[in-house]
Amino acid sequence: MSAESGAATATDEIVPDPALPPTAVPAEDLKPRWTPAKIALWVAIALLGGIAWVMIALVRGETINAIWFVFASVCTYLIGYRFYSKVIERYITRPDDRRATPAETREDGKDFVPTDRRVLFGHHFAAIAGAGPLVGPVLAAQMGYLPGTIWIIVGVVLAGAVQDYTVLFFSMRRGGRTIGQMAREELGRIGGVAAIVASLLIMIIIVAILALVVVNALGESPWGVFSVSMTVPIALFMGVYLRYLRPGKITEVSLIGFVLLLAAIIGGGMVADTAWGAEFFHLDRTTIAVGVIVYGFVAAILPVWLLLAPRDYLSTFMKVGVILVLAGAVVIVRPEISVPAISEFASSETGPVVAGNLWPFLFVTIACGALSGFHALISSGTTPKLVEKERQTRFIGYGGMLMESFVAIMALVAAISIDRGVYFAMNSSAAATGGTIEGAVAFVNSLGLAGVNLTPDTLSTLASQVGEPSIVSRTGGAPTLALGLAHIMHQLVGGTAMMGFWYHFAIMFEALFILTAVDAGTRVARFMLQDTIGNVAPRFKDVSWRPGVWICTAIMVAGWGTILYLGVTDPLGGINTFFPLFGIANQLLAAIALAVVLAIVAKRGRAYWAWLWIVAVPLAFTALITIWASFEKIFSDVPAVGYWAQHRAFKDALAAGETSFGTAPDVAAMEAVVRNTFVQGTLSIVFVVLSIVVILASLVVTIKAFRTGGGENHEDPPVVSRRFAPAGLFASGTEKQIEKRWADAGLRESSGAGHH
Amino acid sequence: MPGTTDARAGSVHDVARALARATSTAARNLRWYVRQVMGDDAYRTYVAHERSAHPDREPMGEREFWREHYAEQDRNPGSRCC
Repeated sequence: MSAESGAATATDEIVPDPALPPTAVPAEDLKPRWTPAKIALWVAIALLGGIAWVMIALVRGETINAIWFVFASVCTYLIGYRFYSKVIERYITRPDDRRATPAETREDGKDFVPTDRRVLFGHHFAAIAGAGPLVGPVLAAQMGYLPGTIWIIVGVVLAGAVQDYTVLFFSMRRGGRTIGQMAREELGRIGGVAAIVASLLIMIIIVAILALVVVNALGESPWGVFSVSMTVPIALFMGVYLRYLRPGKITEVSLIGFVLLLAAIIGGGMVADTAWGAEFFHLDRTTIAVGVIVYGFVAAILPVWLLLAPRDYLSTFMKVGVILVLAGAVVIVRPEISVPAISEFASSETGPVVAGNLWPFLFVTIACGALSGFHALISSGTTPKLVEKERQTRFIGYGGMLMESFVAIMALVAAISIDRGVYFAMNSSAAATGGTIEGAVAFVNSLGLAGVNLTPDTLSTLASQVGEPSIVSRTGGAPTLALGLAHIMHQLVGGTAMMGFWYHFAIMFEALFILTAVDAGTRVARFMLQDTIGNVAPRFKDVSWRPGVWICTAIMVAGWGTILYLGVTDPLGGINTFFPLFGIANQLLAAIALAVVLAIVAKRGRAYWAWLWIVAVPLAFTALITIWASFEKIFSDVPAVGYWAQHRAFKDALAAGETSFGTAPDVAAMEAVVRNTFVQGTLSIVFVVLSIVVILASLVVTIKAFRTGGGENHEDPPVVSRRFAPAGLFASGTEKQIEKRWADAGLRESSGAGHH
Repeated sequence: MPGTTDARAGSVHDVARALARATSTAARNLRWYVRQVMGDDAYRTYVAHERSAHPDREPMGEREFWREHYAEQDRNPGSRCC
């Protein structure tokens, strides 16, 4: 029996149609044939990667060149993809190309379409990658570059990509069911309900924190406010163009939109230079937050074609463009990095950017890029309905996540390429710096960082170079990344004169991703809420009943809007207190997704148990680290770390009749801290309880499967496939031969390049 | 993948022609890829499917297809990641 077909599964019953050319590569041809050239190639990759890791982790010079990050990451990804993902394929997923995918069996030309693997890779990547991998690594850079780099690269190979791949595969075997539906089916009623409630809450918190990042990037920035506001009329124009003028000309309208975006960025610089523009578009963060909340509601009830779809096209366009530009620039400019490998704040709880020790807070500060639970929502649902052949899921799921990890590494490189003093001036909250240059200089120099001597001149020069009134306390990660990108790009194109353009180009694309995520996230959350309320009041299930849509949208916007507002007005700074919730929420969702996968694999039967650690290890790690982080947030006595400790400290101070405490200058601010820490602390408790429920449910199911030798198989019954396509990016020799046999038989249906 | 330049091709002329051919193939492939990823070809895919699977019924017109395409997204929202 071949390793591919697995032991005692239904796939053994598959009998391919003898009249057709092969629909799968024969098992004996799947075994790798090691030639001396191939061995030499992989030895070279391993050596290069090893040298790069030594340069990053062990060699302690004054500076380190950014190119080593590229080599270390790419070589590790290649090895992880070529070797580890194949282990997963062989022992956990065990795809069988003789089986038809849902795209083939249920092909309808719309939702279920067998899609070229390279195209689907692009679709999937555009759906998973957003602002997340650009923000987390920037904030975690306060601990030095090494912890973040190791977690992003090792984490993706052993955890993040494993989650994405397995969820994609098992959802595909179930006709594209969502992670929530799979949880209900596999874990039973309690586990299923907990998983759905958790994903709803997590969605709200993620939207809120992303919105907070945008608000922080645009606050008191006339240039940013102008150019990001212009994305709305540009998207509306594109929507109308696509609906009434030239339907279906998506690339064309995206190109037009892209040019208009560039014009908006350049125009923003001019407007911000005028007195009226600087005044009119100079908005404080509270005003912008209210604007984003109103916008979020309106955008989510407008028809998709008018705003969401066109902005999504623009966002996809920008995403690919920016990533290519950033990666290309890092390789060409190869900036020297003087940040220490491991900084003072790795082992202290008092880091000004985000509070808490490396263990466990590094692993919740960087979520997207290493392991992102949110991807489970994408990997189940849309992508699995488009997969052409089962074996392609490794390239799309595992490969797609490696690509996102690379984006995170590039963001990290951009953030650490700027001066360390400037980094802390930008990322310390206004509560610490007072929001002034003098305050920032005094604060940063008082941190006692080796080699950091910040001068007021540096900050004012940089601010004027990027066309901002100030760069002090621009927390949230986006402005730091933008400055890093401007710092790298201006060496390549345009010199310092272009720094303002590059800075706002970066702010623009991050805002674009985030506004799309806010809109789409609100819609999905609304949809889930409608479905839930619909169990009690059936009318709510009718998605075309407008009042139901409006009410549920309003509830969801109120949910994330409240958290956003609390974050913006937080006297302790906002990002540093709220961002951990984002990471914790995202990682707990990953734990839930991996728990579902664990139960599925355990139920597949005895032959799978020896390899269950492939799922169990990342599950245990993320569960442990995130529950630990949650417990610190709930139980820690250090006010900077523990929400309730902070809550009690301010409450006691109020009770003692004090009129200022810590960084809160008055009673109102103290009351705000008491309120915010209550919300944060409560959310932490709810998240962690729900996740523990799901993980326990999964363990119960898994242990039951051990006792009974397996469990119920919820996969769709196997159907014989009648088509063929290669599995990876490039077709192997055997795959080319089989493709040729299909072409010779005049049967080649697969959508390939040069075939249109 | 097409577009290999034959090193033994004698004259500069041949090399230039091979290069031009490779460039145009690359450009065509790129255009195909971008259109596919952005979704320009969705209507064509749908019509091709309808013609082969349901030759008895008339497929939707292009405008109608796109309206239905977005209406479906309204009814059944898909997620975008962070």
